[in-house]
Order: sequence, then structure tokens, then C-alpha cells
Amino acid sequence: MALTRDDVRRIAALARLELGEEEERLFQGQLSAVLDYVRQLEALDVSAVEPMTHALAAGEAAPLRDDEVRPGLSAEEALAAAPAREGTCFKVPRIIE
Amino acid sequence: MTGEWDVVLGLEVHAQLLTRSKAFCGCSTAFGAEPNAQVCPVCLGLPGSLPSLNRRMVEMAVRVGLALGCAVRRKSVWARKNYFYPDLPKGYQISQYELPVCEGGGLEIGAGGRERLVRLVRIHLEEDAGKNLHDVAPDGSSGVDLNRAGVPLLEIVSAPDLRSADEAVEYLKALRALLVWLGVNDGNLEEGSFRCDANVSVKPAGAEKLGTRCEIKNMNSFRFLRQAVEFEVRRQVAVLESGGAVEQETRLFDPARGETRAMRSKEEAHDYRYFPEPDLPPLLVDEATVEAQRRALPELPRALWRRLQAELGLSAQDAGLLVADRGVADFFAEALAAAGRPEAAKRIANLLVGDLARLANETGLAPAAWKLRPAHLAELVRLLESGAVGGPAGKQVLEETFRSGRAPAAVVEERGLAQLSDEAALEAVVDRVLAASPAEVERHRGGKKNLLGFFVGQVMRETKGKANPAVVNALLAKRLGG
Amino acid sequence: MSLLELSLRELSAALAARRASSREATGAALARIEATDGRLGAFLRVTGERARAAALAADERAARGARLGPLDGVPLALKDIFLTRGVETTAASRILQGWIPPYSACVVERLEAQGAVLLGKTNMDEFAMGSSNENSAYGPCRNPWDLSRTPGGSSGGSAAAVAARQAFGALGTDTGGSIREPAAFSGAVGLKPNYGRVSRYGVIAFASSLDQPGPLARTVGDAAVLLGAVAGRDDRDMTSSARPVDDYLAGLEGGARGLRLGVPREWMGEGVDGPVRERVRQALEAYRAMGAEVVDVSLPHSRYGVAAYYLIAPAEASSNLARYDGVRFGPRVAGKGLRETYARTRSAGFGPEPKRRIMLGTYALSAGYYDAYYLRAQKVRTLVRRDFDEAFRSCDLVAGPVTPTVAFRLGERVDDPLRMYLADVFTISASLAALPALSVPCGLDAALGMPVGLQLVGRPFDEATLLRAARALEREQGPLPPPRGLP
Repeated sequence: MALTRDDVRRIAALARLELGEEEERLFQGQLSAVLDYVRQLEALDVSAVEPMTHALAAGEAAPLRDDEVRPGLSAEEALAAAPAREGTCFKVPRIIE
Repeated sequence: MTGEWDVVLGLEVHAQLLTRSKAFCGCSTAFGAEPNAQVCPVCLGLPGSLPSLNRRMVEMAVRVGLALGCAVRRKSVWARKNYFYPDLPKGYQISQYELPVCEGGGLEIGAGGRERLVRLVRIHLEEDAGKNLHDVAPDGSSGVDLNRAGVPLLEIVSAPDLRSADEAVEYLKALRALLVWLGVNDGNLEEGSFRCDANVSVKPAGAEKLGTRCEIKNMNSFRFLRQAVEFEVRRQVAVLESGGAVEQETRLFDPARGETRAMRSKEEAHDYRYFPEPDLPPLLVDEATVEAQRRALPELPRALWRRLQAELGLSAQDAGLLVADRGVADFFAEALAAAGRPEAAKRIANLLVGDLARLANETGLAPAAWKLRPAHLAELVRLLESGAVGGPAGKQVLEETFRSGRAPAAVVEERGLAQLSDEAALEAVVDRVLAASPAEVERHRGGKKNLLGFFVGQVMRETKGKANPAVVNALLAKRLGG
Repeated sequence: MSLLELSLRELSAALAARRASSREATGAALARIEATDGRLGAFLRVTGERARAAALAADERAARGARLGPLDGVPLALKDIFLTRGVETTAASRILQGWIPPYSACVVERLEAQGAVLLGKTNMDEFAMGSSNENSAYGPCRNPWDLSRTPGGSSGGSAAAVAARQAFGALGTDTGGSIREPAAFSGAVGLKPNYGRVSRYGVIAFASSLDQPGPLARTVGDAAVLLGAVAGRDDRDMTSSARPVDDYLAGLEGGARGLRLGVPREWMGEGVDGPVRERVRQALEAYRAMGAEVVDVSLPHSRYGVAAYYLIAPAEASSNLARYDGVRFGPRVAGKGLRETYARTRSAGFGPEPKRRIMLGTYALSAGYYDAYYLRAQKVRTLVRRDFDEAFRSCDLVAGPVTPTVAFRLGERVDDPLRMYLADVFTISASLAALPALSVPCGLDAALGMPVGLQLVGRPFDEATLLRAARALEREQGPLPPPRGLP
């Protein structure tokens, strides 16, 4: 299945990636090759098969957490790695709704 | 609405569940902390962190599902809803998509022969996003506070069964009251712990095909919901009547202008790329959990509302006021039990929805915090019914007991508020009053019969409200000659 | 003999008997790293001071007779995918350059609580995406047997460090073969536990339904000790299993007699290089000689594994990597407005392979394609698992090659992602099936003298039988010689 250059741009926009011309061209080819390869799955009739959405076997359901407050991070610890901050907020470019 | 157009309306309600800790981590859900003081690696979406599901959140969802007559799924699945936004730390929201925890059910609204069931489509669990703060810096930058990120939400989606803004408000009030009743939500629209979006469309009256709908957001009061829906209906009708077509879009309500407007950030059509959340196994709700919640379910407001009318003869309105607040309803039940006689119900109800409601409003206190206890109310009703205290004095007693918590009988005693029924004593007062108002007596005799009230009032004033009105009336009738 | 020639268990015994100190062992390991890693590239950062302090504390405990267990004082290496509180953790990506996590992974906590000495963070393919370690943003790691070749990936640094005697053991993660393939290429023992056996909390996620931490070690017994130290339920990972953890050492020397090894006919055909197939055959012969039974089995859907995997893993990765947005941590590249800032930050921070997989996964999940790609792949995953369930009716373990070839040359496949992906063809099946699988050296290939690995796949949560069988082969054939590429 061949991706068009527009497909590549649309996916990149959805994934918040900014690709250069060269990268777009490269990915167009490489992703098309992978999508061609995975087409072999179409040979299988899976209409009656349940998807394996979780790797842990059924019945292995984990116990749930008790509703108790546990210590987290201080605001300073939370912000320690932030590229920009304002007060104790993470600072980001203006958000337009 | 206009007669030529039908309004079709459904609400999506997001109710914050009253858990102590967040949905997937142990951070506190308390409101009002300094930004980013209630966060941890999980709700910050740090690399390597994983969600760990809060049991109480699930129990609350089951409770709500049972109260609304939903089918509770024994196995539901968590999904990731993927989109980029600064208040969404992981770049996806953990929600439920194809298999929600509850499906179906409904909520009855309306009274006086206009009762109807608003059907529900589904109820699912999800986590809240953080909060974007606008213009935090002089350069117009925004700020992100993640204290709310990961707080558990219940999303309750109604069928498009509502037909007017009034109905929408009524449904929303009833739903809010129910969630508060069940102890799963604080019902606070202003702080955003109970929010709603509306899906609004119009169609020519009687037409089968639904119109194109718009989703309206940002209505944080019942008044705004009404305004937004009314505006949106007018807008859509105007578009259609001028030959245009309604565009499917998300619109924000602007409370300052009372209008809805299309959101500016239209970007690409939303493609949330839902898929099953691999970090959380399917949610299994076992029979024991469902049964425990079913047993713990209190009598629901709608059922109580009916019973108060049918068994105790309360008016639909009084019953409605009593069940609007679980605390008031519980107080009523306790006072009635203390009175020990079903006949006391009306008096208790009257005091609760009347003078007591006013006092509670003035002080902002919930029934549980009142110094006046249910037994006090029962005692006061007994005093009133026996004639030991008259109505106006009773009001004073109520206020004093509410203020101080002292027992009504003691207040009556201390303040000398016992009702005067002694004929001889009252006769003297009546004579004094008549003697002091010869002109009025003359006019009354001349046919102005409504002056009787004036004389009663004067007697009450003389006796500081303690005179037994029945006795006073009889005496006046005798003196004034019928 | 240098302390570094001791296995982890031998060192542990020496520490217990106070014939050696952790300070000596740690000093020797740090010196070896210092002397060799400029050529090898196994470590992204070495935490010498912390390691020496930990060694000192371990020695004091040993002196008091209060050792915390077999790992107390043992120098280990950690793939840079495990969060280490206070120590930079990058997953070999620029997008995490300089990031110092405020918490540690569950497995790191467990190792530290047992007194292990952590030497540093090992090289890997960026976000564990790769089979050759060439996708590291900080330069490749090399194979200690031949520095012109790849050590395998993505846990290449951990495998190379163990094989090159820089560490006594290491932890890696395996998503589609990322422990087993580098173990096979570098001549180490590598174990991918059953999904859910080891907590993923604090492990930087690649594909959440497949990722699983596990040990890389010089001997099977060492791997058993390491697994025992980190396995078991963790409340913070709801996919971690509550099943009790077996005592992996108890039956370790139980031999192979009576075991039935199923060899999938799909794994021993044309797709496997002659010299690799030859070594695997000899290993199977050795098992027969030890009293094991070798039977034919079939995994008919395993040939679809790579295709299913390269839909599922990128789909999950595209979502897992959305959090790298330059808001809360990591470098930010400013653009005009929010949207452009996101895109610039991510484009500058991610290398080509993560970008490729994010693109692929985003596409596979996007509206209109979900059913055709992601959902279908998850159904094929069910078929792959059923194949194993069926095979285990006639055998106790599935056995075959780990990789179709020995370690290839650096640069050989970088321009052809699909060809690179096919290196995982035999390891991916067990990953999809969530089953425990192990790579144990089975000699050197005749042509190049490079290590070959035998893969064993076990029943659900039956790591104990895997280890026992691998140990039998190891005992039978003796240890590999030290890697000759790095004197």
C-alpha cells in the first residue's frame, strides 16, 4: 500500500512532527514498504478471532488500589525539569481555544 | 420551541467522583491547592509511570449505574484517547470507549402528569485533564496546573430525549441532586466538579430526520445552560430559516454575551486514535461488588418523593423541596421518627422547607451542622399541635433553638412564650384594644368586616404574639356582635 | 585470576566468604570500563562515585555479617531505559537529554534494596527501537567479539557490558527480542520473562503490551539470581502478575532428562543461515544425548509475527511517545505558537527510528485504518499465542534459533528498516504470545567465530524450566571463551 506525500504530511501533523522535504520523501518510501509487507496479514481470515488486547491472561486481573492519599512530588520537584515555568505553573506558548 | 421547529437535546455530564485520591495515582483530589502541588510521576505523565486504578472510583460508578437503572458491565475496557494539549500530560486521556462500565438506564423528571423518562446511553469512567491558565505572563503565555489531572470523572451521556432548555435544566438538576444524594459528587458547578456539555439540534416540527447537531461547552451554571441552549436554538433556527445549513461543530458559550461561538482552534478534524489501554487490564466488576453497592443504595429521591406524597400526604412541591437535598430529607425522616406520628409530617415539612430553609440559607449551614436537631423539631411540632405555643411564638422558638440549640420547651419556659388561652385574661386585653380604637370599631360595625384582622393583630401585639388566635377570634366576635 | 572472570554467583560467594570485597570488584569493573569502553561504547554514563559508595556500604554489611542477599555488593549495569532517581536517564534519545528523574524504577529499587552496586547506564537503541544499537542518539555500541559488528539491540549495551566483563550482570528490556537478540549476538545469556513477571514501573515505555524487563548475564545461574531478585507483583504496575515467584535456583541443576523440546519446522528452514542452523542442530543433539526428547512442532502463524508486531508495537509507541512534548521535562525548541513548538521539539528530539514508528503507529490507529491494521494485528496475535498453546500439548519447551544470522556489520542494514525488522523474526513470536523466552549461547559459528544463541520458549510463567534446560546445555558444552575482539 503506497502512501502519498499528503498522507505523510497528514500523519506527521497528527503526530506533531515537522518533517523536512528529504525526510518526507524517505518516510514515504520506507513506510510504504512496511505497509506493503504487513498486507500479508490480509491473507488470514480473522473474522472469528478475538483480539489479544492485553498480554496478561484473563483471570490475572490485578487487585485495585485502595483510595488513600499517598505523598507525591512537591511543586518544586515537579517543575525541576520544566523547560519554562511561571510561578509554580508549567509555562507554554499562548493557548488559543 | 417556535411551534414550527422541534428541539432535540442531549446532555453529556462530567461529574467528579468524591474520592480522596486520583483515579490512577495516590495524589489528593482536594480543590484549591497551589498549582502543581498535588502531583506525582503518574499524573505528571513522566516517562515510566503507570496507572494504578482506584477501587472506590469503580464502586461509585457501579452505585450510580444501579441508581439509574443501567446495566453494569461485568467486564469493561479502558481506552486511550489520543490528542495533544498542554493540560493532557501523557498526550492521551485514559477513558472508556467501546465497552463502558454502564449502559442504558434513565432518569425520570417532571411532575403533575408530565413525568417522563430521559434515557441514558452510557456511563463511563475517565480521568480529568489539568487546567490551562491564560495570560500568566506579560508576553501572553499560558500556564499549566496539573493538580486536577487524573481526578476521576464519571461521564453520563443522555439520549437526545430532551425537548427544551427547561427540560435540560430540570434533567441536569435532578441528575445533580441524585449524584449528591449518592455521595459521589459535590454538585459544585462553579468549581467545575459537575460540568455539562449539550448536543443541540433542531428539525422541522414532526420531522423524523434529526438535524445537524452542535456541541456546546462551557456552561457552569443552570442559568448559563438555559441561556446557551435558548441562544443556540434561536441561532440554528435562524440559519435554517434563512436557507442555510447548520455546520456540525463545537461551540463555546460566552457568559458575558449570552451567546455561543465556534471554537477558534478548529485544527484538523479530531482523530483521537482510540485503542485499548495496554497498561490497564480490562475492568472486571464482580457480583460481590455489585451486590454490596446495591445493598448500600439509599432510597432514591424520586421514590422518596412519591412516597412522601402517597403515604404522608405532602404536596408535590413540599416533597420536591425535601428530596432536593439528602441532608434535609434525612433530617425530615429523623424528625418524623422522633415525633412518632405520621400526622406530624405536614407540620415538620412546612417548617423544614419554610422557616428552617430560610435560616439555613442565611447561615449557609447544612442540616448536619444545625444546632437544632430533629428531636427539637419534633418537640416544637408537639408544642404547636397541643396549643401550648402559638404560631408566631413558635417561630421565635424555632429561631432561638436554631441559634442556641436549647430545647424548645426550655425556650418557651424561659421566654414566657406559652400561648395565652385563658379567656378571662384575654377578654381584658380585647376590651382594652377595642376601647383604644373607637373609630375602627365604628367602621367595623358599619360593615368593614375586614377590620377583624386589625383587631386580632392589636391583641397579638399586646400579648407579644402569645394569644391563642382561636380564643381571640371568638372573643372579638362576641364583643363586636358577630 | 581477575575478579572479573568470576561469574556473578562466584563473586557473590567470594563476597559472602569475604575472600573478595565489593570495593575490589567494583574497582575492577570501573577500571575495565575505563580501559575498554572508549572502543566498545556499552555505557552512556558511568556512576563511579555512587558505585564506590555502594560498594563500601556493602563491604560494611558483609563485615557485620549482615549481607542483604546474593546481589549485595555485586556490580551490575542497567539499560538506560530504567529510571534512576538523581541519575540522568535518556533512553538513548536526545529528547530526554539531561533529564534527571525524580523516582526510580521498581526493579532499580529492588536491586538497590538488595545491595547491588550500580555501575551506570548502558547504551541502547533509542526508546528500545532497534536490533543493532545503531539507533542510539549517542553513538553505537559495538560487539566485543568483533568491534566492526553490532552487539545486537536494543539492549546492546547491557549485552556487550556483560560479555566484555565490564559488569557481572545487567538488566535490559525485551519488546520483540531486545534482550534475546543482543544476548545471542554478544555471547550472553538473556531472559525475557513472561509478560507481567517483572514490573514495568519506571521503565520508559516503548510498547506497553510487549515490554518486559529481564536479565542479561554470563551464566544461566546468574540470570536465575537476577530474575529472582526483580520478579514479582508490584502494586504500581497493574499488568504485573500476582503469581508467586518460583525459586529459580532450586531446580536449576535438574538436567534435561525427560524434557520434550519442540522444534518448530518454520524456524529451521531456508530463512536461517547455514552456520547458525548448524550450531542449533548440534545443541539439539546435545539435548538428545542428555536424555531429552526432541520433537517436531509447528507454529504456522509465526511467519505473520513480524507483520503483526510492526503494527502493534508502533501503534502503542506512537501513543507512549506523545508525552515527549517539551512541556514538563526535556529540552524545548520554541516555534511560533504552541503547535509549532510541539512539532519542533519533537522533530529535534526524536531520531529517525522513533519518528518512523510514531508515523507508522499513528497511521495504523488513525480513523478508518484501525480495524484493518491494529485490530487485525491483535487478532493475529491471538493466533500466534494459540500456536504455542497447541505446541505445548506435545512439548515442554519450544527450541530454535534466536536470530537468522550471527551479528551483522554496523551500517549493513541501517538504510533498510524492513530488513532490520526481519532480524526479529524468531524472537517476535514469544513476545506476541507473552511467553517467557531465553537465549543461551550454543557455541561459535564455524565461518566467523561469532556467538550463536539457542532460543528456548517456555509455558506461561515457567521461567524455571527454561533456566533448568538452558543450564543443562551450558554445563554440557562449557563456557564460551572470553570475547576476542576486546582484549
